[in-house]
Amino acid sequence: MKKFLSMFKKNKATGKRNTYLIMGTIITGLIVIIVLVGLFYTPYSPTKMDSSAKLQGFSFKHIMGTDHMGRDVFSRVVYGSRITLAIATFTVLIGAGLGTIIGAITGYFGGILDEFTMRVVDAMLAFPSILLSLVFVSLFGTGTYQVAIALGISFVPSFARIVRGEVLRCKNMDYVEVARLQGVSDLRIIFVHILPNITGVLVSTIMIGFNNAVLAEAGLSFLGIGSQPPYASLGNMLSDAQSYLFSRPSYVLGIGATIVLMVLGFSFLSEGMKRWK
Amino acid sequence: MEIILDVTDLHIEFHDHDKPETVVEDFDLMLEKGEIVGIVGESGSGKSMSALAIAGLLKRHALTKNGRIMFDGHDLLTCDRDILRSYQGDEISMIFQEPMTSLNPVKKIGWQVEESLRIHHKDMDKKERKRRAIEMMTSVGLREPEKVYNMYPHELSGGMRQRIMIAAAMIGEPKILIADEPTTALDVTIQAQIVELLRKLNKEKGTAIIFISHDLSLIRQLCQRVIVMQAGNIVETGKVEDIFRAPQMAYTRKLIAAIPQIDL
Repeated sequence: MKKFLSMFKKNKATGKRNTYLIMGTIITGLIVIIVLVGLFYTPYSPTKMDSSAKLQGFSFKHIMGTDHMGRDVFSRVVYGSRITLAIATFTVLIGAGLGTIIGAITGYFGGILDEFTMRVVDAMLAFPSILLSLVFVSLFGTGTYQVAIALGISFVPSFARIVRGEVLRCKNMDYVEVARLQGVSDLRIIFVHILPNITGVLVSTIMIGFNNAVLAEAGLSFLGIGSQPPYASLGNMLSDAQSYLFSRPSYVLGIGATIVLMVLGFSFLSEGMKRWK
Repeated sequence: MEIILDVTDLHIEFHDHDKPETVVEDFDLMLEKGEIVGIVGESGSGKSMSALAIAGLLKRHALTKNGRIMFDGHDLLTCDRDILRSYQGDEISMIFQEPMTSLNPVKKIGWQVEESLRIHHKDMDKKERKRRAIEMMTSVGLREPEKVYNMYPHELSGGMRQRIMIAAAMIGEPKILIADEPTTALDVTIQAQIVELLRKLNKEKGTAIIFISHDLSLIRQLCQRVIVMQAGNIVETGKVEDIFRAPQMAYTRKLIAAIPQIDL
C-alpha cells in the first residue's frame, strides 16, 4: 500500500511525477468504480424500453441520451462495460496464462519442441488476430464465453513469443546455473526462479493485451458475433448506433467515448508502469 | 583416510564444430574427506570444465564425456538425473566466480540461502529453515544476518554477496565444495577474507574443498595438494610444499615465477 501511494509522489531523483501512471489509475479506477456500482444500481434498467423517449440527446435525465428503443444509453453503457471488461479479462487470462506457460517451457528447454511450437506461433501471427478470432468463433459458436475463449486463443501466440524471448535471456544467467547446481528441478527453475524476473515485461504486455482485447471484442461485436442482445457489450451497441450516425450523432458519442476512455486508461497504465521504478 | 570422490580418466570433448575439440584429457582426482585440493592453470586449461563435470553441470548434449566420477557409489557421469539432483546442493556444492550475477535479483537473500534446504529437506519447517540460514550467515561472517536476511542482492557489496553464495552452498553441509575462482572478481583484502573463511569452514564442518584458481599464491595459502593443468592435461600433481620447493615441469616453474614478489 505504501509502495502504491509512493507512485503518486514526485520522483526524488528526477523531480517529476509519473503522470501516465496517475492518469491511468484515475481513468481506469473511475471506469471500474462505475462498473462495480452498476452491479447494484443503474439510473434506469438497461433493457427497459420507452417508446415516448426515443433517440434523445444529452440531458440531465439521460446523461448519454436514449437509443432507438428509448433505453437509457448510460445505463446500457455501464452494463456493456461490465461485459466488455469481463471478456477482456478472460481473454487476457487465457492468453497470458497459456502464452506464459508455452513460452516459458519452449524457451527454457529449446530443441525440437521449441522449433515446432515457434513455427506454429509464426503461422498464427501471420493472420490478423481478428481473422483468427473469427475462425475460432465459427468453431465455438457465438456468445460471451465463446468470444472470450476465441480471443484468448488468438492472443496466446504474442504472449508466448514475448515470454520465450525473456526466458531465453534469463536462462543462461549465473543465478539460474546456481539454482541448477542446488538440485532445483527444471519446472521450479522456470516458474520460481526465472518468472519473477520477467514480471515487469509481462505486466506491461498484459496491459497492452487488455487494450487489444477491448478493441477486438468491440470489433467482433460490431460484426455481430459477440455477446447477444438484449444485454449488449459496447461493440454491439456501437454497431446498433451506427445506423443513426448522421441523424443522431449523440447516440454514438457516449458509447464511443467510453471505449476510447477505457483503452486510454489502460494505455496510460502500461506506459506508467514501464516508467515506474 | 576415507576417499569420498574418485575421478578417473575424465575426458571431455566438445562437438560445436566439425572437428571435435578436446578440453580435458585423462583427468584424475582422488579427494579425501576434509581435504583441500587446488587446481591451478591458465585460462582454457580445462580446470573449470573438470569442476563443472564433477558438479554435474555439463550440458548433456554436444559433447562426449568418458571416464568415471565415483561419488557415494554412483558414477555421476552416467547416473540417473534424479540421483545426480539429490546430491547437487546437498552433498556437492559449488560457488562461482561472479558474485554480482550469481544471486537472483528479485529474490530476498534469506530465500536464496534457504533454497537448497527447501529442495533437499522438504520436511523442514519455515522456522527451522530460517534458524539454519541465520546460523549459516553468521558463520560466514555476515554482520546483522537478521537484517541481511530480508535484503535484496543489489543492496549488498561484492564481498558480502560472495559470502552469501558460500552460505547458500554450505547450508546443506555438503561433503564437497567446489570453488571456481571464488575470489577473482573481488579486491585483494576481500580475497584474503574469503580464503580465510573457506579454511575456517573446512576445519569446522569437515567439508572437502576443490579450490580452482589461476593464482598460485592463494593455493599456497589454502591447499594441501595441488593439481597443475595445462591445455586439458594434468602436468604435475603433488603436495603444495613439494611443488613450490621443487617444481618438476617447466610450466609449473613458469607459474611460480609469475607470482608477483613484493620486495621491501
